[in-house]
Amino acid sequence: MRGEAGHRRSALWLAALVHRLSGLALACFLPVHFLALGLAIDGDAHLDAFLRWSARPLVKVAETLLVFLLAVHLLGGLRVLAVENLAWREGQRRLALMAGGGAVLAAALFLLVAFR
Amino acid sequence: MNVRLYLLQRATAAIMAPLVLAHLVLIYYATSRGLSAADILGRTRGSLVWGAFYALFVLCAAVHGAIGVRAVVGEWTPLRGRALDVAMWAVGLLLAVLGLRAVAAVVL
Repeated sequence: MRGEAGHRRSALWLAALVHRLSGLALACFLPVHFLALGLAIDGDAHLDAFLRWSARPLVKVAETLLVFLLAVHLLGGLRVLAVENLAWREGQRRLALMAGGGAVLAAALFLLVAFR
Repeated sequence: MNVRLYLLQRATAAIMAPLVLAHLVLIYYATSRGLSAADILGRTRGSLVWGAFYALFVLCAAVHGAIGVRAVVGEWTPLRGRALDVAMWAVGLLLAVLGLRAVAAVVL
């Protein structure tokens, strides 16, 4: 079993899993996001009430996670498109790590902006 | 995943990459300014550009998300064949309808 699961320690396997899980999470979040924006149909006041609710610290932390998911899915997806459409390059593991690092930076930047 | 779904998945990904980047910049901007509903809707209402931008974004996300969910469900659950197609269409239609409703809410 240990040998069969060895690939799970690979950074590229982890990158594929993160890409898949972040995509699933975004697919689950999007309907909620659309329903929240749809509050504007009933007037500015409804959307304003939601925006006030979203100013709570816990919601900002949750939004930071969403920014991370969006960024990591974007950067991981760009890596997949590059692998599939461009000439093969060495250093795929480094690219995957850069995608993860970039997403962490994007989330950290959002956290700074949100709590400024 | 057949070739048509594979190509649609990749094409929508390529279209969405710059849209997601722009959306992230907007998220930072709106959050840093602490924009109110009036501020946001004042910029989006009646705007053909924002309407087209987000309608394209929503439709690509619906197609991309539905095909992605189909692939994951096909690999991680016992669902196969027609059931997978039903799940894909359900996810895609849900995202497209709710998303276009949201775009209409902030643009019209």
